[in-house]
Amino acid sequence: MSLDQKQVKHIATLARIRVEDAELPGLVNELNGIMTWIEQLNEVDVTGVEPMAGVQSRALPRRADVINDGGDPEKVLKNAPDATHGFFVVPKVVE
Amino acid sequence: MNELNHLTIAAALQGLATKTFTAYDLTMACLMQMEKHRELNAFVTETQDLALQTAMNSDIRRAQGQAMGALDGIPLGIKDLFCTEGVLTTAGSHILDGFHPTYESTVSANLWKAGAVMLGKLNMDEFAMGSSNGTSYYGPVTNPWRRKGDNTRLVPGGSSGGSATAVAARMALAATGTDTGGSIRQPAAFTGIVGLKPTYGRCSRWGIVAFASSLDQAGPMCRTVEDTAIMLGVMAGYDPKDSTSVDLPVPDYRKAIEGGVKGLKVGVPKEYRLDGLSPEIAKLWEQGVAWLKEQGAEIKEITLPHTKYALPVYYIIAPAEASSNLARYDGVRFGLRVPGESLDDMYEQTRAAGFGKEVRRRVMIGTYVLSAGYYDAYYLRAQRIRALILKDFTDAFKDVDVVLTPSTPSAAFGLEEKFDDPVAMYLNDVFTVTVNLAGLPGISVPAGLDSRGLPLGLQLIGRAFDEETVLRAGRAIERAANFTAKPEGF
Repeated sequence: MSLDQKQVKHIATLARIRVEDAELPGLVNELNGIMTWIEQLNEVDVTGVEPMAGVQSRALPRRADVINDGGDPEKVLKNAPDATHGFFVVPKVVE
Repeated sequence: MNELNHLTIAAALQGLATKTFTAYDLTMACLMQMEKHRELNAFVTETQDLALQTAMNSDIRRAQGQAMGALDGIPLGIKDLFCTEGVLTTAGSHILDGFHPTYESTVSANLWKAGAVMLGKLNMDEFAMGSSNGTSYYGPVTNPWRRKGDNTRLVPGGSSGGSATAVAARMALAATGTDTGGSIRQPAAFTGIVGLKPTYGRCSRWGIVAFASSLDQAGPMCRTVEDTAIMLGVMAGYDPKDSTSVDLPVPDYRKAIEGGVKGLKVGVPKEYRLDGLSPEIAKLWEQGVAWLKEQGAEIKEITLPHTKYALPVYYIIAPAEASSNLARYDGVRFGLRVPGESLDDMYEQTRAAGFGKEVRRRVMIGTYVLSAGYYDAYYLRAQRIRALILKDFTDAFKDVDVVLTPSTPSAAFGLEEKFDDPVAMYLNDVFTVTVNLAGLPGISVPAGLDSRGLPLGLQLIGRAFDEETVLRAGRAIERAANFTAKPEGF
């Protein structure tokens, strides 16, 4: 199975990356090159094999349910491209 | 006091302890070397003032007879993937323009607590995605090594290319790196230095810009195995802020390295003898086997049957995790923002302008393999094969203590080569990537020069949390190889 321009455009939208139409043919080729190479995984018999999300199978550790951080809005906002009155500023999302 | 920047960490610690020179002198020697070789582009940010101030503080502590840390007064470079409080941190990406973290990564904090001096932040492939340092927004890094009689500029490898060049070019005594698929070991091999990827969970990932969270691990890049042991001892340790860091005591690695390999069972995986493996690499590997045998190790052929699937598995899992981790770059909380007509338009424009080609490629692959209808076929299948790759190692380690392989399929290549075909670039990590998928420790040790005078490395892989055996076997290779070559002019 190979990707076409429409699918690649859709993937770009899902990934929230603007791709201009002129870039599409090149990108389709590159992604298909990689995905074709990946297809070799289909020859492996994975019957009965559990998927492995990480190397540690133990349960994640828990900590006490107490507030141990926060209350530092200046630090949180320090690197924001736009911030005012203690908030991040974004384009209007509700008409 | 000439050429203090050429000292190993071990020798520098001794010189400082005997007051033969000061941390200020040592740091100044490194800063001068950095200035002299700026054309290599190893650093994104140099922190001269901070370095000299920290070095002076170390000298004052020593003069006053205060307790000294394990790296007190030792000048280091830090890969620009580690968040450093108040110091620009870019991950080699345009999208982190102007990002000055308000916190310090745990690993770098451990180094400063031990008295180390920061020289600056090291160039790298963008978000650690690359094997040449060619994807950095801040431009490529040049390897200080050149082919004999040929002035072609070569890559230092990647993604920790700035780290490798800084250490090989004697700008820093050592550097931190990170390794997701080979990003410490491949550049170490390309520049004739030692690089160690610890077991997953050995070093805290807190405060390191995330690429693929189930694979990323920080580790040291140094000029000797002994220095690597010293650095690892400081970097490693449990951190409650990283839920995958492991609460195990940190052994005295330096003590472990001289134990020798007598009676050690060394596995040689037959699947790593790739079709078309360069004869020079094959010869070096045989030489490594002979060296360990001569020192009393027992050599066994082993099988790791799923080796050939490791790279394609990696190129599903790593992009999938990256697409999720890199979702945070939205133009709202930090870094670059390109204004747009709507919120979505701003996201799309910011991410199109802020991510380079390779990052965009991987985020899109990751998005695709996680998307509805493809998740089972790609992502879950890759995770199942990852389990088989781990099982290969678990089975092999029933019979052997350590595995010996080449570090890379070739020596360093030219700055202009291999950029047209992403898959050709990915093949650089063919010997290293299995180790990340299985979460094991691996070291690359310089073992010789190829016919064109470029360094080549051998890799040793150990059981989980058995860095001691990896270092001990690495030391045996180092002792036998007696690698003293230096890049010309350094």
